[in-house]
Amino acid sequence: MAIVRGLDPVALRADFAIFERDFRGRRLAYLDSAATSLKPRVVTDAVAGYLNNYSANVHRGIYEIGEEATAAYEAARSKIAAFIGAKDPREIVMVRNATEAINLVAYAWGRKNIARADTIVTTEMEHHSNIVPWQLLAQEKDADLEFVSFDDEGRLSQESYDVLLRTKPKLVTFTAVSNGLGTINPTASMVARAHDAGALVLVDGAQAVPHQPVNVQELDCDFFVFSGHKSLGPPGSGALWARREILEAMPPFMGGGEMIREVQLRHTTFNDVPYKFEAGTPDIAAAIGLGAGLDYLSGLGMEHVRAHERELVEYALQVLPERVKTIRIHGPHSASDRAGVITFNLADAHPHDVATLLDREAIAIRAGHHCTMPLHQRLGEEASARASFYIYTDRDDIDRLADALNKVERLFARN
Amino acid sequence: MDDLYRDEILEHYRNPHNFGTIDEPTLVKEGSNPLCGDRITLMLTIGSDGTVEDVAFTGRGCAISQASASMLTDEIKGKSLTEVATTGRQDVLDNLGIEISPARMKCAMLSLETLRSAVSDRVAWQGKTDEE
Repeated sequence: MAIVRGLDPVALRADFAIFERDFRGRRLAYLDSAATSLKPRVVTDAVAGYLNNYSANVHRGIYEIGEEATAAYEAARSKIAAFIGAKDPREIVMVRNATEAINLVAYAWGRKNIARADTIVTTEMEHHSNIVPWQLLAQEKDADLEFVSFDDEGRLSQESYDVLLRTKPKLVTFTAVSNGLGTINPTASMVARAHDAGALVLVDGAQAVPHQPVNVQELDCDFFVFSGHKSLGPPGSGALWARREILEAMPPFMGGGEMIREVQLRHTTFNDVPYKFEAGTPDIAAAIGLGAGLDYLSGLGMEHVRAHERELVEYALQVLPERVKTIRIHGPHSASDRAGVITFNLADAHPHDVATLLDREAIAIRAGHHCTMPLHQRLGEEASARASFYIYTDRDDIDRLADALNKVERLFARN
Repeated sequence: MDDLYRDEILEHYRNPHNFGTIDEPTLVKEGSNPLCGDRITLMLTIGSDGTVEDVAFTGRGCAISQASASMLTDEIKGKSLTEVATTGRQDVLDNLGIEISPARMKCAMLSLETLRSAVSDRVAWQGKTDEE
């Protein structure tokens, strides 16, 4: 009988070279995985393996290492497709990151399909990458951009959402998981209601793919984007998934090599999807590295990854207010719809000072607005501190965080 | 951890000098650090002889940026604009007297950069502002 075991973060650290590094006598407590994840050796080995042993271009070389490079790159595409539950690897467009994927949709799909007075709906909790491309498109087309609000616990107002859906938007776009608050949004339900209203739906999966099981067919969305570098992969890897018929109807994004079938001086016919959207030599090494990272996550089981992070969030939500008197934690109060993200402020210490002082104890957190300025405006904070968790995080990291924050607040306490 | 921020820095942060506004300032300049949301509004009253008669600032930010502004405004009060224009990055770092990491340099320099742009239309800046 198979024994289902949870995830052992301490044992997993052996797979990450960075934990062998000495940080002034301490092990690194890396609490910024929502910004980017650390990379296991299987990923760095895959990258080095490509660069050292078969560093040919893809889809060109009629020779052994060219064919190996193409096979490894296309295998990475298939792994990405399988990891997010896509029906067909041809629905996966390789991009550098989620930002590029969203811009691709805004540029290629948006410019063709959004017209004057059309409405695009997004939310106040989005990362700037899911706001700014739509602002640019709305300005260009004289379209309307509307925002779903969120409540005091950082949950999207479903009433506000349903009201906006009555305006019959052409596109609805929102994040599955908030990078600023950790909120896990009711994605499938929101997609279904948007479809009922006649909209296409883009889901930003940047904070979902690394941390919980994802299946784009079950979500039933139309576009799905994520960054590889938050999912153990190297920077420069990521993907856009879209329904094949949508991709086929979309004009190209960038023009150049790879994306063509035939070029004449005044006319070009384009390659099939997804290559139509992959002009120029892609980041082959990063894609292959991401494939290795997703294999590693599949080996752990994404249900276990989520269960582990949920347990850590429960622990953090309990011990931080106990041990850090002046902490204000933003976002949902319950771990059931909260990913491994704890965004907070201390009463008397600015987030930057908090991050600098924690760094002295080899604790890495994020401080600032986390690319979510509208979200911070809604919170009434100019900046916040954020601790985020992953597979190599354990209770000891959270204990160290709590102790260090306790020291910071005592240092800054107004007498 | 406790040794990083000297008591003097924390004291300037808790009770910044010259914090507030001036009724009819000669020069007003806003500065911000978009990466972290630090903001400062600097106000100066310049006498007919080109002396900084009064200076005040408002804003929100971290201890480094607030202490730096508090110390800088102390330093320039009563000086001529020509003297003020010799203030450089090293002067700010010397005032703070603590190790400033590259990531925090913008916090430390916000008040100086704001002062520099407030004053630079009046007088050519001579401080070594581009050195690290």
